[in-house]
Amino acid sequence: MSLRSRRPGLLVSLLAAVAAAVWILPYAWMVVTSLKPLDEIAQDPTAPFPKHPQLDAYREVFDLVPVGRYLLVSLAVAVAIGVLQLALALPAGYALAKLHFVGKKTAFALVVACLLVPAQVTFVSVFLMFSKLSLTNTFSALVLPFAASALGTYLVRQALLSVPDEIIEAARLDGASELTIIYRILGPLLRPTLVSVFLVSFVFHYSDYFWPLVMTTDDTVRTLPLGIALLKEPGSGVRWHVVMAGNVLLSLPVLALFAIAQKHLIRGVAGRS
Amino acid sequence: MLGPSLAAWALFVFVPLGLAAYESLFAWDMLTDPVYVGGANYAAIAESGELGRILGRTLGFSVLVVSGSMALGLGLALLLDRPGRFFAFVRGAIFSAYVVSWVAVALLWVLLLDPDRGVAAALLRAFGLPRVGFLTDPHAALVTLAAVTIWKITGYAMVVFLAGLRSVPQSLHEAASLDGAGPIARFRWVTWPLLKPTAAFVATTSLIVSFQAFDVVRIMTGGGPARATTLFVYAIYEQVFMNLSVGRASALAVVYFLVLCVLAAAQLRAWRSQTVGRRA
Repeated sequence: MSLRSRRPGLLVSLLAAVAAAVWILPYAWMVVTSLKPLDEIAQDPTAPFPKHPQLDAYREVFDLVPVGRYLLVSLAVAVAIGVLQLALALPAGYALAKLHFVGKKTAFALVVACLLVPAQVTFVSVFLMFSKLSLTNTFSALVLPFAASALGTYLVRQALLSVPDEIIEAARLDGASELTIIYRILGPLLRPTLVSVFLVSFVFHYSDYFWPLVMTTDDTVRTLPLGIALLKEPGSGVRWHVVMAGNVLLSLPVLALFAIAQKHLIRGVAGRS
Repeated sequence: MLGPSLAAWALFVFVPLGLAAYESLFAWDMLTDPVYVGGANYAAIAESGELGRILGRTLGFSVLVVSGSMALGLGLALLLDRPGRFFAFVRGAIFSAYVVSWVAVALLWVLLLDPDRGVAAALLRAFGLPRVGFLTDPHAALVTLAAVTIWKITGYAMVVFLAGLRSVPQSLHEAASLDGAGPIARFRWVTWPLLKPTAAFVATTSLIVSFQAFDVVRIMTGGGPARATTLFVYAIYEQVFMNLSVGRASALAVVYFLVLCVLAAAQLRAWRSQTVGRRA
């Protein structure tokens, strides 16, 4: 916009500051509450600062929930899904962008159709499938349904369309196999796209609540979002400092990742790689 | 090359879709044998009025979330598309909510919206406004959940709109300025027509996200009060895991999927016809 070149006016800066407050203050409240002792929350729940800040709530979270183990499961699930998605999206995107075969248009239409089918449509049947095979409460039940990513395949295809065919033909003349071409030659070329696809997938599945909730009934592969949500038991008086401490622990890893890799995440989310 | 992906989609998308349609014709509680009942599951959810109510709530929720997050996202994109660290920080702050877990967001807002002890209640009191049971008043709860969802996903709309804005050639703005167009006219005649495909993309993806709403319902209201926030996905979940009725759940899932398809198609068509009409 041509507005870009001008210095922002007072009104613009003011509105931006209000927006920042609307999005930052809730986080600040989360941290403040987690540092308050229980009696301070009971006496004056909206005091902006704790009088005697303490870390007891965090200690309590670690006592109530095996944070380390749940975190490890969450990270392992998110990394496994991300790696599988890349491993499958590369050859699939390659086929859709560079190969000629009968039914290519139909195949591409199927990929786009998959974008429209959220896991919420199929979870009943998938849950029944897994429970018939006694695979609920396993790592596979959390990972395998997301191994193929329609969005990832689509983004890889789009990125490959702008890679010249000559690179592939030259590699073929040198005797490279198709798999070598895909993973060794095109993979590194598509690095920015692949990083974005991985990060978007990682952030989503690390935070996912729905699928682990449906697929797990016990503690074997419980993920961190489930564990933290359990801190707020319905009915009884909620111990808000503990719940917010759990929230901070749950949010920190993604917020840290966001701070480091914001650009890649945004590129993946905006669907323009 | 496509084989592994197609196999995975067949196993986890297409076969389950077919299975859902098939299961919806049976009455099954996962303990005894399934009994074929034909369309009885569909008839039962339709006749009790439950289906209509779920559909109405979900559509109302979606309209609020899609229009709210798009309008706010576009407004913020226009406001914050400026150089400098301050604006970059504000953009990051807004987008970060999209990255943080729904669980964290839902729990945080339950605390903020507590009708007596929350920050929102304190603000209402400070302005002399009456007490609102954000999550306990059946008339307010659905709007509250929509507002929290908008807070969570506006950053997404903003980021996509920002990418769209940056693809509008600077020269067009300069040309329009030379012709004497002010900021509003430039938006109306230069930016918005070129931003339409972006808007269509945001509309479709936010529609799907709003239809998937579950975490906020389960954590913030449990579908209440008086079922006022029982949205589609929560209703399906309830049928399987609380009522142990696979048939009814599958019937709901089938209707859910069909409604989502029809809406997404209608939305895309509406945007497309508008863009084509403008160019002709």
